[in-house]
Amino acid sequence: MPFVDVEFWSVVWLSLRVSGTAVLVAALLGIPCGVWLGLSRSGGKRWLSALIHTGMALPPVVIGLVLYIMLSRSGPLAFLGWLFTPEAMILAQTLLTLPFVVGITMSFVASVPAELSLQLRSLGASPWQVRWSILREARTGVVLAVAAAFGRSISEVGAVLIVGGNIQGQTRVLTTAIVVETSKGDFGMALTLGGALLLLALLVNLAILRLHGGRWPT
Amino acid sequence: MSDVPLYQLKEVQKSHGAAFTLHIPTLTIERGEVIGLLGPTGAGKSTLLGLLAGLESPDTGEVRFDGGSLNSADLPLKTIRRITLVHQRPLLLAGTVRFNVEYGLRLRNAKGISQIVDAMLDRLGLLKLASQSARTLSGGQTQLVALARALVIEPDILLLDEPTANLDPAHVALVEDTIQERQRDRGMSIVWATHNLFQARRVATRTGLLLNGQLAEFAPSTEFFERPADPRTADFVQGRMIY
Repeated sequence: MPFVDVEFWSVVWLSLRVSGTAVLVAALLGIPCGVWLGLSRSGGKRWLSALIHTGMALPPVVIGLVLYIMLSRSGPLAFLGWLFTPEAMILAQTLLTLPFVVGITMSFVASVPAELSLQLRSLGASPWQVRWSILREARTGVVLAVAAAFGRSISEVGAVLIVGGNIQGQTRVLTTAIVVETSKGDFGMALTLGGALLLLALLVNLAILRLHGGRWPT
Repeated sequence: MSDVPLYQLKEVQKSHGAAFTLHIPTLTIERGEVIGLLGPTGAGKSTLLGLLAGLESPDTGEVRFDGGSLNSADLPLKTIRRITLVHQRPLLLAGTVRFNVEYGLRLRNAKGISQIVDAMLDRLGLLKLASQSARTLSGGQTQLVALARALVIEPDILLLDEPTANLDPAHVALVEDTIQERQRDRGMSIVWATHNLFQARRVATRTGLLLNGQLAEFAPSTEFFERPADPRTADFVQGRMIY
């Protein structure tokens, strides 16, 4: 099975690279946003929350389509030259996972009693130290947010198929490879790829679990 | 030492909803004083402490602290760190008792944290609980940990909101002794809100009675308890129900 020997590993590696990078970018952007929104008492928060929750339900193909138009030769982001590259796939998956990271972090931060901020302030915490302490209190939620984002990212097919083009050796990831093998009727290979996808998701979740001190968020 | 009073309140009003307004026309607190604050639930003790801690701003009037205004929303960290409020319902962080007591010291990058914390845990009988999760403590133990985390940072002003409400008499005595010892050693100023008339009498140099958001009387403790000027204070001191 030469595919398993050579191309298989490049597909697995690209899947991990695309989803891992997308989740990392989403976490770097989304966790601070989630903390800020979770602590915010402004009136606009309700609207922003509604927007974020809508984003969580956004169909990947719609994101793929919009990004395709923007990255295509006549689109406003054409100058990036990212269409049919792993960068476009990372961008698509970042947009897909960002609402998850923001929304889940926001919910957990908001569930920390507001009174705690005042009590930490009266112990001499600066506003940044208060935010950091609240984030620490909500860390279970942050772990959950990152795990959920990775799950959504690694299993997604619509957006990466549209903006990546599923080019063999260049933009083919596990999910799009499954589509190809299924359409070819090679169900054995499709199932092997599916198993690899599940195993990858399990390994990443175990790594997240280990980072959380061996306790899975409940 | 500065001649400026530690706290000066002028025409301070603070409302919480339509039903309650705290109104303090004038109030001065000097350095090193222990102020007892008596009054029924909802009289405004916690609101007044929040104003003195700089955690709340008055709707009108001004709270001056050490010559500067405490009204600003962006108080300098240096000012905030001089005042510590032990809340009525303390919330502890996820982690051990030791982690919680260390918290304020770590914020300040203090030296010798371990020894300071051990000494305080030992003083308050909490040493055996040091490695226990703070979330598993009883109400009284939580209150002791909250007090310990405030005392280790040795603030200039300690504001106490019923710090012994959940404690048995032996622990009440331990807490009073510990706070008074710190006050004597460090010249700390204390505002101590309590429901306990006898506690105010034991610890305070001056005592005030808050009723419906207003200071009915504020006088040296001897006068307050022995020769009260306001008939409501006299009734309160004599144990008659006035609310």
